[in-house]
Amino acid sequence: MSAPEHTVELAGLTLAGPVLVASGCGGTGRELASYGALAELGGFVTRSLTLNPRAGGPVPRLWESPSGLLNAIGLQNPGVEQFLATEMPWLAQQGTRIVVSIVASTLGEYAELTRRVAGAPGVSAIEVNLSVPDAAGLGVFDVREPFHAANVVAAVLRALPRGVPLLAKLRPDPHRVVESARCVLDAGASAVVVGNSLLAAMPDGRPAGLSGPALRPVALRCVTDVCRALPEAEVVAAGGIGSAEEARAFLAAGARAVQIGTALLHDPTTAARVAADLRGAP
Amino acid sequence: MSRPARGPLHVSGELLASKRVGAYRHLTLVAPGIPERFRPGTFVALSVGGSPTGQGGGEHLARRCFWIHRVKPVGAFGATIDLVVEPVGTGTRWLDALAPGATLELTGPLGRPFALPQEPVSCLLVGEGYATAALLPLAERLRERQCPVTLLVAADDEAHLLSAIETRRAARAVTVVTADGSVGRRGGVADVLDEVLTQSAAAVVYAAGPARTLHAVAEAAERHGAWSQTALEQPLTCATGLCHGCAVPVVGEDGAARTARACVDGPVFRGDRVRWVDLADA
Repeated sequence: MSAPEHTVELAGLTLAGPVLVASGCGGTGRELASYGALAELGGFVTRSLTLNPRAGGPVPRLWESPSGLLNAIGLQNPGVEQFLATEMPWLAQQGTRIVVSIVASTLGEYAELTRRVAGAPGVSAIEVNLSVPDAAGLGVFDVREPFHAANVVAAVLRALPRGVPLLAKLRPDPHRVVESARCVLDAGASAVVVGNSLLAAMPDGRPAGLSGPALRPVALRCVTDVCRALPEAEVVAAGGIGSAEEARAFLAAGARAVQIGTALLHDPTTAARVAADLRGAP
Repeated sequence: MSRPARGPLHVSGELLASKRVGAYRHLTLVAPGIPERFRPGTFVALSVGGSPTGQGGGEHLARRCFWIHRVKPVGAFGATIDLVVEPVGTGTRWLDALAPGATLELTGPLGRPFALPQEPVSCLLVGEGYATAALLPLAERLRERQCPVTLLVAADDEAHLLSAIETRRAARAVTVVTADGSVGRRGGVADVLDEVLTQSAAAVVYAAGPARTLHAVAEAAERHGAWSQTALEQPLTCATGLCHGCAVPVVGEDGAARTARACVDGPVFRGDRVRWVDLADA
């Protein structure tokens, strides 16, 4: 575990460090643990879970783009019950903060998911995925306007026990991200995660998200703007971060923590390496 | 940090030798720790394009995956692995041109290996194109277990036929088929499969190659009452189980349809577990 001086306070939680694994880029956690103990990290965010199992979309689900990846996984996940029965007990024993990402079709379903997840042992926080690149196609609640995001946050909060922080994951859209962040924080979110994949298309035209270093300057703009406009906001940065130097740029912009996503798909040791480099470990 | 003894490693390797053989490039790599963990049917993922270490990937984020063709446990440079590359795309052409002495980031050995029979039963190994590379170390392992090995090797033409001389040493009988008839019999795997299965009286069929060939092998094995172990080649992005991009439609032990990951649940699947028609449609 990290020395106390490297800990980070986020949404009322003490994290072992400022580096988290981003949703959808850490498998079930076990695969990642082959390359380094998760306890070295500030936290692990699960792939987005839905109430019912989802088989995911057709292949190709990922496509290499210059300095980026296009993704269209289609929210493949075993459903919340299966996750809580087969994956969460292991995650809870890894000595790191486990943040469960959720996404739902309706506000009622968000509340139902929240009730099931929040009560499970080992869940440190919930992250609502308000930035699915193909919400309409996948039939999940479509967050087109900031007030839609606020509605989701309010629905989740009504079902969330006190003391369980709620992170709202926003789209890295420089035009709307400040307004979106203000709306979800006003609605009661503990912190915002800025951001997710950018809206994009596969070469064959299917809806997809673009992630990776190609999107890093856009993400940095979003994080910078949110931190300037809302200095009290607790911000977690995500978007193409793959080194300690890049992480420092986001922390200097005002983020409390960073999430490592696509870089893990290229090098599964990235999160552990960035965490170690930030600690100044050899 | 404790790691499972058989878990994969992410290491910096060195290209020791590079040799053109027919249509393929044979690479010999020093890859610390990987040879010791190798089992037939596992593979390695390489970073291509000279992405600088610690920068989360350069322009090319997706990994390029190759069967481990041979392991030399002892040598002047320590243990090495051999890979067979067919230069057809951006990454493979980059590897084709790479000069010995170059440093390569690689992860492995990855995936579930071939399951070996407990008894010394007759085995048929079917390989097409460069994928035959996965079968040669398997043939040696089976021979150590006193399993009579028959080989069926297929390719488009002589240039795409992998190391026919070595295959002869590993097997009791070798059948070669080429699409253009330049070596062996003219035709494809499906044309001779039943005949070779009957002659070899194989209890287990191991296959590596394109999905349509594996499908034909799985069906033929069923007809002959043999088990089949098929090594699937899906396009992989992370190759480590993190991204859920390499979806393979399978049937679980309980008979329920599921989506597996080619990289960690495979690449070797029991032929009767793969939903081949759904795989072709995907």
